[in-house]
Amino acid sequence: MTIRNFTRREFLRDTAATGGAAAIAGSGGKAWAVPAAADPPVPTQHRVTIRLNGTERALQLDPRTSLLDALREQLYLTGTKKGCDMGACGACTVLLDGKRVNACLVLAARLDGREVKTIEGLADGDQLHPLQAAFIEHDGFQCGYCTPGQIMSAAGLLNEGRPLDEHSIREWMSGNICRCGAYPNIVSAIRQASGRA
Amino acid sequence: MQPFALEQGRDIADTIRRGRMPGTDYIAGGTDLVQLLKDDVRRPRRLVDLEGLDLDQITVTPQGLRLGAMTRMSEVADHPAVIRDYPVISQALLASAAPQIRNLGTIGGNLLQRTRCTYFRDTASPCNKRSPGTGCAAIEGVHRTHAIFGGSRQCIATHASDLAVALVALDAVVHLSGPNGARDVRLTELHLMPNDHPDIETVLHPGELILAVSVPAGAWTRRSSYLKVRDRASFEFALTSAAVALDIQDGKIRAARVAAGGVGTKPWRLPAVEQALVGAPATTATWQRGGRLATAGAMPLRDNRFKVRLLRATVTRALEQVGGEA
Repeated sequence: MTIRNFTRREFLRDTAATGGAAAIAGSGGKAWAVPAAADPPVPTQHRVTIRLNGTERALQLDPRTSLLDALREQLYLTGTKKGCDMGACGACTVLLDGKRVNACLVLAARLDGREVKTIEGLADGDQLHPLQAAFIEHDGFQCGYCTPGQIMSAAGLLNEGRPLDEHSIREWMSGNICRCGAYPNIVSAIRQASGRA
Repeated sequence: MQPFALEQGRDIADTIRRGRMPGTDYIAGGTDLVQLLKDDVRRPRRLVDLEGLDLDQITVTPQGLRLGAMTRMSEVADHPAVIRDYPVISQALLASAAPQIRNLGTIGGNLLQRTRCTYFRDTASPCNKRSPGTGCAAIEGVHRTHAIFGGSRQCIATHASDLAVALVALDAVVHLSGPNGARDVRLTELHLMPNDHPDIETVLHPGELILAVSVPAGAWTRRSSYLKVRDRASFEFALTSAAVALDIQDGKIRAARVAAGGVGTKPWRLPAVEQALVGAPATTATWQRGGRLATAGAMPLRDNRFKVRLLRATVTRALEQVGGEA
């Protein structure tokens, strides 16, 4: 008998999948569900190559896979967080060709040849990105769950090259929710990093 | 999410050939469609990708502005000529969603986004727009954010786009291509009132595709603005909004373009307000009269009665901001 070494991630994923299946089976179906299109096709697996944090990565994808799930479940880059999974919280923010986007709203199979940068690719080796250093210095987080998305969104904002004061930082960071309410410190961290960038 | 095939056409003609097949949806920026797929509100068997069709140009000429359907919201909002000559368009886009979504969302997709009515997006609720004939949960339910113009006994969902309100005010034209060839449709006529078929939202034929949107130049476009009122300061849909463009010469209004958002089952032009403004002096009294006329014919329900006063104030203030007290 082979004993397989599970990672914590695989264990959580596999047990969550089992629990999820039971929950769906128990829900009894939805009364006004949209009828499924007749004869749904078996989705083709799409082969795409993306440039991820400077390295070419080949992926084989069901077309339903979001960029967020591809990053977390296939590439094991779990720095990008899943919050709402509907584009409302910003926890999954990554840079796509240098521009910030919600990874949960992007179908990964559409990204052949595109460039993706995640929180794992932001630092220069052991040298933190100025935004990462500023978030530590200004205590720009409590629980930390929204932090990778906040930092990637701020990185996108700095790329946009806008003049930034406190009010405009709040407006331009409105796509990132922090339920701990660390906003004042997030704003000061971004102000500091924008001076350096 | 139901399984689907993801395809890409070689060119526009090939894209339309694929797009006209039953059970097919086009995907542009995907910011709305991916939500609808996740919620099982859309269950297509095939998606046809509109990326790579070269539909992402912004063209400014003396005749007007032309926005390719696949132009990203953020690109249009930041375009210097749009900011200078059509500020209402830039402002409406910057008031929409959040920066991440504006980097994905497209001009064509924004016009065709589905309503934010929570019953429409919840497959456990009846909804005539999503599942025809099941009823409307909003009319007797929670409808604080719903329409005060254009509702029917079948549906009172608002059209959610800010951009469409600005474009409707500026007489925009939508350039279409479909299985039966190309045609132009005025944006005021693209969206349909719900009436007895709230599931049919536009005049688009199966497979028909928006290629671009044009805005004719006019003396009023430079003096224009978008004012949006919402439950929080940013990243929220409108309770009420107003797009205003005015041509004022020697203290007198020569031309006026006014439309409202957050209140209609489609982007809502306000011709009665425009008619009252033309020829009037650019004074506070005129702006207040315009605001009062904005709600003529409104049909509020139990929870959205506040939108009547709010819209009057929104239109008055937008007119004042654009027109000043010259």
